[in-house]
Amino acid sequence: MGKYVAARLIQLAFVMIGVSVVVFVTMHLLPGDVAQLLLGDHATNEQLQRLREQLGLDQPVWIQYARFMRGALTGDLGTSVQSNRPALDDVVAAFPVTLQLALASLMLASLGGVPIGVLSAVWRGSRFDTVVMTLTLFGVSMPIFWLGLMLLVLFAAGLGWLPVGGLMPVGLDPPRITGMSVIDSLLSGNATMIGASLRHMLLPAVTLASVPLALIARITRAEVLAAATLDHVRTARAKGVTEAQVITRHILRNAAIPIVTVIGLQLGLLLSGAVLTETIYSLPGLGRLMVDSILSRDYPVVQAGALFIAGLFVMVNLVVDILYAALDPRISRA
Amino acid sequence: MVFLALTLIAPLVAPFDPYEQDLSSALSPPSAEHWFGTDQYGRDTLSRVIYGTRTALLAIVMADGLALVLGGSLGLVAGYVGRGVDALIMRLVDVLLAFPYLLLALIIVAVLGPSLTNSVIAIGIIYTPQYARLMRGQVLTVQAADFVVAARAIGAGRLRVMLRHVLPNSFTPVLVLATLQSGAVVVETAGLSFLGLGAQPPSPDWGALLADGHGYFLTAWWIATFPGLAIFLVVVGFNLLGDALRDQYDPRLRVR
Repeated sequence: MGKYVAARLIQLAFVMIGVSVVVFVTMHLLPGDVAQLLLGDHATNEQLQRLREQLGLDQPVWIQYARFMRGALTGDLGTSVQSNRPALDDVVAAFPVTLQLALASLMLASLGGVPIGVLSAVWRGSRFDTVVMTLTLFGVSMPIFWLGLMLLVLFAAGLGWLPVGGLMPVGLDPPRITGMSVIDSLLSGNATMIGASLRHMLLPAVTLASVPLALIARITRAEVLAAATLDHVRTARAKGVTEAQVITRHILRNAAIPIVTVIGLQLGLLLSGAVLTETIYSLPGLGRLMVDSILSRDYPVVQAGALFIAGLFVMVNLVVDILYAALDPRISRA
Repeated sequence: MVFLALTLIAPLVAPFDPYEQDLSSALSPPSAEHWFGTDQYGRDTLSRVIYGTRTALLAIVMADGLALVLGGSLGLVAGYVGRGVDALIMRLVDVLLAFPYLLLALIIVAVLGPSLTNSVIAIGIIYTPQYARLMRGQVLTVQAADFVVAARAIGAGRLRVMLRHVLPNSFTPVLVLATLQSGAVVVETAGLSFLGLGAQPPSPDWGALLADGHGYFLTAWWIATFPGLAIFLVVVGFNLLGDALRDQYDPRLRVR
């Protein structure tokens, strides 16, 4: 197991170097002069030249890359054109909103998808199974930005039960401890804040959870059906073990490993998919920051965000791989 | 089939010009004259949804085509040449797969600039790794086949063997993958347009229509509802078609 983890960590290092090269190269393919962009149209040639020297833009590409890597390792990824703050600070400030949304969606998707998938497999061929398979097909086909808008039309505009967007009602902000509105409200102990934060998070979490829930339900169903055909399951039934025990002690144990892996992999995809949900519900998360930065040509923030999200995605996938190997010893021995 | 038919006969079935504005009937709800209502400029939503099929089809052809050509070529070369070239190409594929797909699309659009063409190029690039991996796997299997060995034995050159024997016999699963991906391409193109990074106004792109609808969802629910429904139906159709093709040709295929 130790050798497997060490090998994956070495692989991680190479992948992260590759990721940094891709981000560096694409940022350097950007049209226009970065110095001109930062100083504006009225800058003199001397000012532009001085800034280019300061930023190392007159250096060979490999020296620029070395400076970029040094900055990445020390947390210095430039200054935001919009906020005039370190770009990485803007990214880190927005991240908790995205993380909260991703975790809430993952929880909904797992708590909903796994039981639905298990029941669908247990009652294979029934009306319930047919309904589940049809709805999950719709779920994986549903554009989440359309689902989000439809939920807004129905529950916010139509029925008025839920707010139209944002993290909290105007004027009701919890103390910033973690940056996650629900957690901060819970830590504050203010019941009004807790209720408001949950109401504001409900529609975004349901929207983002829709596709993963459908996927998890389908995969759970497939894995449970596959595990049910194993010899030891047939033996357990032949011995007279009750069906409930067959399902919980024999089938689910074998099906759990790939299901847990799929759930873990969803987290990385949720972090990416949150950008659309944040736009619909006006949440000040990392995805929305990236889009706004691209549209306003705030490239230091785009660069910092890209490196941050890609690094996080790689780390999450590594943790999932290690967890999978820990649960299934055959993987680490392979 | 309906989707493909509409792309061809859009000018014949659309009741209005999708770009024609009529401010006197702006934000009108669905009626006998405007079945899907009108948007903030009085443009007929039904006509814009119908013409949106053309943008969607263009996105499928361009994005899938780019991924197929680029990914297929990389996979073919990696699988056939092998060794250092294979390792280099596969490491590049690993690095591209290390990015969440939408993030990579955002970065590419940031470089190229927001437009429908650039968003489609971005989507083609993010799908390239999947095609490269699949093609490489197919090539490794096919090149061990007897007819390939025989071709080499009678003195056929490497390039000829690769293009005349290996490529035609490796291509079918890749084409199936292209069909499986078509629905996802429609969604992702619309998603980038929804964010303002794809098709620009006044293009009748479904994602751009949804973005318009987002601004008016409190007062004009129809602007966002019908384009989204169109996307949903097209994606369901492609998913069902792709499932059937996958069962027919290669059950091992997996979609993102």
